[in-house]
Amino acid sequence: MYKIITKTRLAASINRLDVQAPEIAGRARPGQFVVLRVNDTGERIPLTVAGQDPAGGTISLIFQETGKTTRALAQLSAGDSIRDILGPLGTPTKIEHIGNVVVIGGGVGAAEVLPVAKAFKAAGNTVTGIVGARSRELIILENELKAACDKLYITTDDGSSGRKGFVSDVLKEIIAGNAAIGLVYAVGPVPMMRVVANITREAGIKTTVSLNPIMLDGTGMCGVCRVRVGDMVKFACVDGPEFDAHQVQWDELISRLAGFRQEEKISVEQHAPGCTCKKE
Amino acid sequence: MHMQKRIKINERPASERIKDFKSVVLGYNPEQARQEALRCLQCKNPTCVAGCPVEINIPGFIKALAEDDPAAAIAILKDKNNLPSVCGRVCPQEEQCELKCVLQKKGEPVAIGNLERYAADWEKNKSNPGINVATASNNGIKVAVVGSGPAGLTCAGDLAKKGFAVTVFESLHRAGGVLRYGIPEFRLPAAILDDELRYLESIGVRFVVNALIGRTKTVAELFNEGFRAVFIGTGAGLPAFPGVPGENLNHIYSANEFLVRVNLMRAFEFPRYDTPVYVGKKVAVIGGGNTAMDAARTARRMGAGNVTIIYRRSENEMPARREEIAHAREEGIEFLMLTNPVSFHGDDKGFVQQVECVKMELGAPDASGRRSPAAIAGSNFTLAIDTAIIAIGMSPNPLLISLTPGISTDNRGRLIVDDNLMTTMPGVFAGGDITGGETVIQAMGMGKKAARAIENFLR
Repeated sequence: MYKIITKTRLAASINRLDVQAPEIAGRARPGQFVVLRVNDTGERIPLTVAGQDPAGGTISLIFQETGKTTRALAQLSAGDSIRDILGPLGTPTKIEHIGNVVVIGGGVGAAEVLPVAKAFKAAGNTVTGIVGARSRELIILENELKAACDKLYITTDDGSSGRKGFVSDVLKEIIAGNAAIGLVYAVGPVPMMRVVANITREAGIKTTVSLNPIMLDGTGMCGVCRVRVGDMVKFACVDGPEFDAHQVQWDELISRLAGFRQEEKISVEQHAPGCTCKKE
Repeated sequence: MHMQKRIKINERPASERIKDFKSVVLGYNPEQARQEALRCLQCKNPTCVAGCPVEINIPGFIKALAEDDPAAAIAILKDKNNLPSVCGRVCPQEEQCELKCVLQKKGEPVAIGNLERYAADWEKNKSNPGINVATASNNGIKVAVVGSGPAGLTCAGDLAKKGFAVTVFESLHRAGGVLRYGIPEFRLPAAILDDELRYLESIGVRFVVNALIGRTKTVAELFNEGFRAVFIGTGAGLPAFPGVPGENLNHIYSANEFLVRVNLMRAFEFPRYDTPVYVGKKVAVIGGGNTAMDAARTARRMGAGNVTIIYRRSENEMPARREEIAHAREEGIEFLMLTNPVSFHGDDKGFVQQVECVKMELGAPDASGRRSPAAIAGSNFTLAIDTAIIAIGMSPNPLLISLTPGISTDNRGRLIVDDNLMTTMPGVFAGGDITGGETVIQAMGMGKKAARAIENFLR
């Protein structure tokens, strides 16, 4: 059991849980994730390690409520426990001195770029951050990201905070402004990462994305997270989750993310509060 | 002399059992067990023992059953075997102990597996007293076992009996390895496995789940924490895919994914359990091993009307147990032999609709003695399916090895070990599928051998 020490509401549907997991807190590196199971009947889901306090033995998990399990997770409070947490998993981000690095976070992806931005900054890079959300209420970790980046741009689809538009608009401007960008690092919804990849491919800028396929064990034993990168089939949980954005087969990733959409819907309906549907 | 036939074991009829995940085989009743035990000739130099990788005193435990003393039988079994109710169910006895039984020459061998199962199940009956097995007093020496499959559990149990302080590290949230996530409930009920694990805990084995050695902590850190030796039994968990077009379409699973969803995550109880699994009406299972049989029979129980096993060789070459092939047939599984998939076709949303296959013919035997199949040009045909499960084999899980400098592998990714099962890293031993073992009982035999080697190493 992994005890929740603090719970923080970051936005309307986004929560942060700081969870007691000393071994993971002591070892996790930027880019890595955990697989957790809320309770005994729960499924295993992957979540990025968004922060860690090795001295206090806690890790931060930041997640958006999108379905049955993330809702169940959001119901938990400080003092409650998560049944199982396995980690840290995945290959850590390759942090090196490059020069100018642009990190891009879409939606809850902002939480996932935070540790990466911090690490690139600590390695002597000039870090430009771009985070985007639908509207102001969904912008998270603004102060933390400001502290981690040399410059931070915020975009909202409706213009309620920062620039109106998409993260890709800002990225295009930065590229047009002739900044020598050594690396673009993007995490967020697949359509966003794909747009970023298309822009930087044209500009010839190396780009890394952190992919989010369906996972089960997270240790390389099942292959549900397989993605096609160039000519190779890779398991995102062990070979990734970060890959060269210009090599990723985006259509296949999008298709595979929909593999259990019907069942996900059933699960949400079955567990909805006040649901009177009969169990089989 | 007319030889008595072996007592048939009780099984549930196929029409009934395909509707649930409960045990197919029901086992012997006391009188059946006694009658079968009486068939044993009690050989002075028993050849059956040599056929058992963990060297059970087979005539000894059978004699106890013939004398209607199951308590003595289980004590004899547990002296050598830490998981008798598992072995009685999943060992391929026809290739092991029973193959070496002298009765085999003239008729049917003694049903050693069925009798082992009977004795173990007798003990599980709550009204029976638990059997105490002699264990050495705790010597305080810490040994780490990585992986809680058959190899790790056997090694851990034997080390605990020798007095070592054993901790088993498992990456999944439940212990048991393939016994938990791979072998379905209808062959090995989870409750039976749980009982075996509780027995191991009762003799001092400690389990730590959610610990992926290499990532959660390294092998070097285990030594720093005071473990004096490490046994690696991390299995062959890396699934192979055929490498054909369309294999990443939706509703195409590796057998591991499919079985983990159903067995470990209990997707057969979805949506009471949260993990989903989709099983369509027409399922193709690719492969001919036990994993393929388990996947096919599981799909049938999940409601698939039509399940076809597609195998590139002929039935003679099928690595699956004969008993399980027969069970699959009884349950309506169809077999398409000498057939190999060349591609999968899907709809515009990326869900599988068809498997395109080619007919095969067997050529000359290869170096391993198996006749290698070759495609017959122009024999392509398609089969309408809505689900496919790939069960064409597994290779050693490379993760721990890649994160442990100092351990060497051969060109097939298997850990290189010496005669004592010690790897190229001093104090680190390995056994089971990670070193090239293939069956549960082989893994257990290696776990047993490694426990002896670790004891010698630490003395």
